[in-house]
Amino acid sequence: MIAHAIFFYVFSIIAVVSAIMVTVSKNTVHSVFFLILDFISISCLFIMIGAEFLGMIMLIVYVGAVAVLFLFVVMMLNVAQQKNQWFVSKDSSRHIPIGLLISVIIFFELIIVIGGWKYKPDLFNSAKSSLENGVSNTHSLGQVLYTDYIHVFQISGMILLIAMIGAIVLTFRQREGVKKQSYLKQISRERTEGVEVLEVASNKGVKIDD
Amino acid sequence: MEYLNIIFQESYKILFLLVPVLVSVAMIVWLDRRVWAFVQKRQGPNVVGPFGLLQSLADALKYIFKEIIIPASSNKVIFILAPIITMTLALIAWAVIPFGVEQVLADINVGILYIFAVSSLGVYGIIMGGWASNSKYPFLGAIRSAAQMVSYEVSIGIIIINVLLCVGSLNLNDIVVAQKEMWFVIPLFPMFVIFFISALAETNRPPFDLPEAEAELVAGYQTEYSGMMYAMFWLGEYANILLMCALGSILFLGGWLSPIDLYPFNLIPGALWLIFKILFLFILFALVKAIVPRYRYDQLMRLGWKIFLPLSLIYVVLTASYLFYFNLLPTI
Repeated sequence: MIAHAIFFYVFSIIAVVSAIMVTVSKNTVHSVFFLILDFISISCLFIMIGAEFLGMIMLIVYVGAVAVLFLFVVMMLNVAQQKNQWFVSKDSSRHIPIGLLISVIIFFELIIVIGGWKYKPDLFNSAKSSLENGVSNTHSLGQVLYTDYIHVFQISGMILLIAMIGAIVLTFRQREGVKKQSYLKQISRERTEGVEVLEVASNKGVKIDD
Repeated sequence: MEYLNIIFQESYKILFLLVPVLVSVAMIVWLDRRVWAFVQKRQGPNVVGPFGLLQSLADALKYIFKEIIIPASSNKVIFILAPIITMTLALIAWAVIPFGVEQVLADINVGILYIFAVSSLGVYGIIMGGWASNSKYPFLGAIRSAAQMVSYEVSIGIIIINVLLCVGSLNLNDIVVAQKEMWFVIPLFPMFVIFFISALAETNRPPFDLPEAEAELVAGYQTEYSGMMYAMFWLGEYANILLMCALGSILFLGGWLSPIDLYPFNLIPGALWLIFKILFLFILFALVKAIVPRYRYDQLMRLGWKIFLPLSLIYVVLTASYLFYFNLLPTI
């Protein structure tokens, strides 16, 4: 049990410290790296409480894909400058109240969720299905997700799809005069149509393109 | 005392796994160059040791004695971390690869997800190296590689879903045992082809070696690295290739199962069969490198998103409906 406790404290200290460093560090790319460290240590905590599937999915989805895109954006757009401007210029006073409001709301949400355990100790047992012995948690998660909550699951999938299509529609623009390559055309080119012999009159030249 | 005992036992096992992996990484670098040379009617490295087998050792010595140069304008901590991360991630994934019924370091329930997660983390070594170098070519290489690896991971994930539909478990040993009757390469052959090509892209092998395309980007994200740090990138890359070959042979070629379940073949231990299969896939990797010219970047992205992703999705639907219609879905 001691080893378990040691690992728990190591991972949770890393998680908390790196979460603080995300907001504190000056370099935005460093912030993203700390965010990644935070994700990894939280997935370690998930694995420690036996939710191995959630931990792995956390690694694959957040660390392997979402954080890479974050890093992408932060590296490509020079966000560091903007960040400095925000906190130094007179605009900063405009952002602080909104930020405070959001953080207070999140804080109360957390209190409601965690406080629920105190006033209703049998909350865990009242859940429809709990983990049984001998069933892997991938299996039990699938049992619940695809039977009782199938509509919620499908709707959340549709919302994600719509968000994706929306992002594509918003950024898509048709450009004029762009030469496009058709790979079918390129592959099916034969020698007979690729080479053309022309009689060129002297001093006149010939136009070969289009 | 009890903990110490456990730690010693486990580290003994880990060493027993890691040392052969590292040695075989050195050997396959030699094999890769030999195959490449034979396709081009050259000799390849054949001077150091018998058949040039010790060439990799000589190379390693050369790298160790070279000076490590850290660019003045680089971000030093991340610059040094990048090759370490690449190497570590390439090695820790071997923990769940089964070499036999009992011969696996960590027999975890979600083995396939673990490998998938570790290989999706592999992109960080490259991005960090490219960004920390603070130079144009490495940065371009890193950006390209990030997009490439994220795109091809999607299709690899869906191919893995195909296999999992037939198995009904995420444990790698269960996946191997499920192929006792028939290797998955037969019913899922199109998926095997797509997996192989995606694995090429995932490990940045030619024809998809755009992150380090030497003609346009010098050496991509490795440009500023030298000495042992460069060698670590290199070792990590080859260890990743071996890992992808191992994953391919476990998912499709029956892992440690012998091809024919008859008397003389049964005697050969499963680990050897797995090694033969890995070698077979690796020689295919090496042949592709020698034969196929490099893709252009837009062609690479089109192949990933517009061809492989829809194809593997369609195949998921086909597999699921076939299994459901004929009542072959695995019971858990």
